[in-house]
Amino acid sequence: MRCGLCLAVCPTYRELQIEPAGPRGRVALIRAVAEGRLSVTKNLAQYIYGCLNCLACVSVCPPGVRTDELVSGTKVQINRELPPPFLRKLALQNISPFPKRLELSLLPFYLYQQTSLQRVVHRLKVMDAFSERWRDLEYLLPSLPRKPMREQLKEVVPAKEVRKHRVGYFLGCAQDLIFTSTALATVAVLTENSCEVVIPKEQRCCGMPHAGYGEIEQAKKLARHNINVFTSAGVEVIVTDCATCGCLTKGYHTLLKDDPDYAESALAFSRKVRDIAEFLSQDINLRQDFGEVKGRATYHDPCHLARGQNVVLEPRRLLNLIPGLELVEMKEPDWCCGGAGTYLLSHYDLSTKILDRKMANIAATNADFIATGCPACQLQLRLGAKRAGLKAQVLRPIELLNRAYQIAHLRHTSRA
Amino acid sequence: MIKQNLLKELRLIVGKENVLSSPEDLVCYSYDAAPLPADNLPDAVVLPSSTEEAVNLLHLAKARGIKVVPRGSGTNLSGGTIPIEGGIIIQLTRMSRILEIDSHNLTATVEPGVITRTLHSAVEQVGLFYPPDPASANVSTIGGNVAECAGGLRGLKYGTTKDYVIGLETVLASGEVLVTGGKTVKNVAGYDLTKLMIGSEGTLGIFTKIILRLIPLPETKKTLLILYPNFQAAASSVSEIIANRILPTTLEFLDKVTINCVEAHTHIGLPRNAEAILLIEVDGSKWDVEREAEKVVEICSRHQPLEVKLALTPSEAMSLTLARRSALASLSRVRPTTILEDVTVPPSRLTEMIIEIKRIVQRQDIQVGIFGHAGDGNLHPTFLTNERDEAEMKRVEAAIREVFEVTLKLEGTISGEHGIGLTKARFLPWQVKPLGLKVMKIIKEGFDPENILNPGKIFTGYSP
Ligand SMILES: Cc1cc2nc3c(=O)[nH]c(=O)nc-3n(C[C@H](O)[C@H](O)[C@H](O)COP(=O)(O)OP(=O)(O)OC[C@H]3O[C@@H](n4cnc5c(N)ncnc54)[C@H](O)[C@@H]3O)c2cc1C
Repeated sequence: MRCGLCLAVCPTYRELQIEPAGPRGRVALIRAVAEGRLSVTKNLAQYIYGCLNCLACVSVCPPGVRTDELVSGTKVQINRELPPPFLRKLALQNISPFPKRLELSLLPFYLYQQTSLQRVVHRLKVMDAFSERWRDLEYLLPSLPRKPMREQLKEVVPAKEVRKHRVGYFLGCAQDLIFTSTALATVAVLTENSCEVVIPKEQRCCGMPHAGYGEIEQAKKLARHNINVFTSAGVEVIVTDCATCGCLTKGYHTLLKDDPDYAESALAFSRKVRDIAEFLSQDINLRQDFGEVKGRATYHDPCHLARGQNVVLEPRRLLNLIPGLELVEMKEPDWCCGGAGTYLLSHYDLSTKILDRKMANIAATNADFIATGCPACQLQLRLGAKRAGLKAQVLRPIELLNRAYQIAHLRHTSRA
Repeated sequence: MIKQNLLKELRLIVGKENVLSSPEDLVCYSYDAAPLPADNLPDAVVLPSSTEEAVNLLHLAKARGIKVVPRGSGTNLSGGTIPIEGGIIIQLTRMSRILEIDSHNLTATVEPGVITRTLHSAVEQVGLFYPPDPASANVSTIGGNVAECAGGLRGLKYGTTKDYVIGLETVLASGEVLVTGGKTVKNVAGYDLTKLMIGSEGTLGIFTKIILRLIPLPETKKTLLILYPNFQAAASSVSEIIANRILPTTLEFLDKVTINCVEAHTHIGLPRNAEAILLIEVDGSKWDVEREAEKVVEICSRHQPLEVKLALTPSEAMSLTLARRSALASLSRVRPTTILEDVTVPPSRLTEMIIEIKRIVQRQDIQVGIFGHAGDGNLHPTFLTNERDEAEMKRVEAAIREVFEVTLKLEGTISGEHGIGLTKARFLPWQVKPLGLKVMKIIKEGFDPENILNPGKIFTGYSP
């Protein structure tokens, strides 16, 4: 059936309004390739890579066509037939699977930010000479931490009072290298709630960038590695605060379905994975001694959390617990922000168009906090706030939750 | 070579970025929502942004003798946008402005590429109402709605697209711009060319501006769901409701096969022994709605239903409509191929029609779920099959022919709202008779003597 109902929800079709930029067109292309009516060309690859993998089409498809899986499969075929660009190959095969190298690869950016170079660039308004695109890219990367998280955190962080749970923390590259404040908040909230947190140093990238670029074997390698690492850590649950890591790791058993050696351990692993919002609002008795966080917050649903894992109510429930915080729903909260991993880099114009639609909906809420459960969304929305001239702070729900606990502690100590 | 020149000229008219011509692009315009093979590619796809550009395109097509296929969102179910003879597809989605909502004259003037749902929201914001509501409204364009005379869920009370179009700007095959009708509800200056254009399936001209009549938005509505142990009881309830001078906005029906599929797919807890479901909505002033809802409950209760549910809150109403909203999704998951028909009979013949369809599909040993707009006699028998199974497809073909025969015997029509397009052209002569067909052909030749616009649709069609 080619009913086309997906066209109403596809962010790229909405902006471009041409069939090959929508799910129905992509599926038609994939079928034409399978039937030999089309061959794999650069143009075909471009249309296939136009997909944000936001899953909106899948969620409305009457017969339930898994466009996301078809697209992923086709990317593998594209990689077989068209050699991928050198830099991408290097990044996916030789850098990102290895935490140390990945950390090193960010060094130039860190140096740019830490030496006075960035300040000089900003003071002299050098970026003004560049196009908007380059200015946006220069802004995209937030200030990087001095040390990656895996070096800052101990491998086992004890529970604050009594220990009730032993929880594994799937750190994820973004929290390790960029959003360390998220990782700190996650660990703090967990330990606050009687969890001993295990953060295996050996863990690696979840594999989503690789799966996203058709490097499926590399993704499987990473999956096997992470399964081994967390299995020997002996934890009850594996918590993640990253929508994308959660989405892929919950599906490690499908990724490895053809690998009999991992059938059992992959399933056991995937069953243990919980998004931080799920874990806190469903699995444990969350401490409710919060301090006040005054302001309006709005919540953006990451594609990989809302549709990828069906986690929609949980983060809102957490935000609603925080005294003083008013949660205001934006229009189309689950409409993709156009971040989608590296989409801004690969499809700048389209990505910013999608982003501007999102920001208009966000601006209408007048929120002080834009909360979202995904680092890629967070990067994108941070840029969006700048583009739209919004003062709002972009952060994860877990950071607000942590702030509420910290404020309570402050009050406690000052009273004592 | 010819093609290169053509592309150059097309780019000159609409701009480089509005001409698509790569092999990949063309594959994406070889289909619409009809269950037909996607074997025919266009030569190019162009997206004009103004009437002038559309005019220039048609001048070019005429000069070069190239076929033209107008297209909105490609959601029609009859193959109306399939480029069976190649040529250029003119997609009108870039012309998507709502030009005016006139609260004094109760009209909206729009470009053809406006999405139906967008228009709904825009007019409802100012307390007005555009009733035609095809189930594809989130995607379909107003231009496509006019060209197919789309119906939808509110047909019984409010009619269909033709009852709301009062003015058109149409680019003809000659490249001339024909302006018909206007902002007046009354208009008898000569032949009603506006009405003639409605449902013309892109064969007479390309709409570039559309004037629609609006009505005040009803104050409120009430939603009811009634489950029956047999379908006769449902059918009798329907006739009795209408005989009691009640016109619900929505009066939808689901048969047993559909109910089972919905339950298997959604697990919403529909009772096992339910063999028919009616979804009824009444709208109007608060007072009318109260009274009518009460009356509907009373009538339906007389026919031994399993259950009568009346929604008290909007969220309850949403959950009552879930079964109906899931019908297509649930049916289309059963087998690889789903064929949605839209035969329509006078409401009083609905029971006979359903019995006949059931008899036919039983004899042909195929699976069909029936749901549809019971109030206006418009049924969607949905054939669940597999296009790769030749033997079964033959039986489906045969069954569809028989269903059409029965429809005509019951004074119905082979298409209530999906149009003739390619899929039903073979059957059109059955219904309109030689004279009807002859007059239609005279009209087509008068408008488009060189058969440039949407060739093959309505008249020749597609023979498998
Ligand atoms: C899931 C689903 C549910 C549906 N439900 C309903 C329903 O409830 N009721 C109903 O009536 N239909 C329904 N339809 C059918 C379809 O949505 C309608 O026919 C709709 O009007 C088509 O609009 P479109 O923009 O997609 O037009 P297209 O499919 O692009 O085109 C349809 C026809 O209109 C012509 N055309 C398009 N634009 C113009 C223009 N500007 N000028 C001249 N000709 C033009 C084309 O040449 C073609 O012949 C449904 C379809 C689907 C897939």
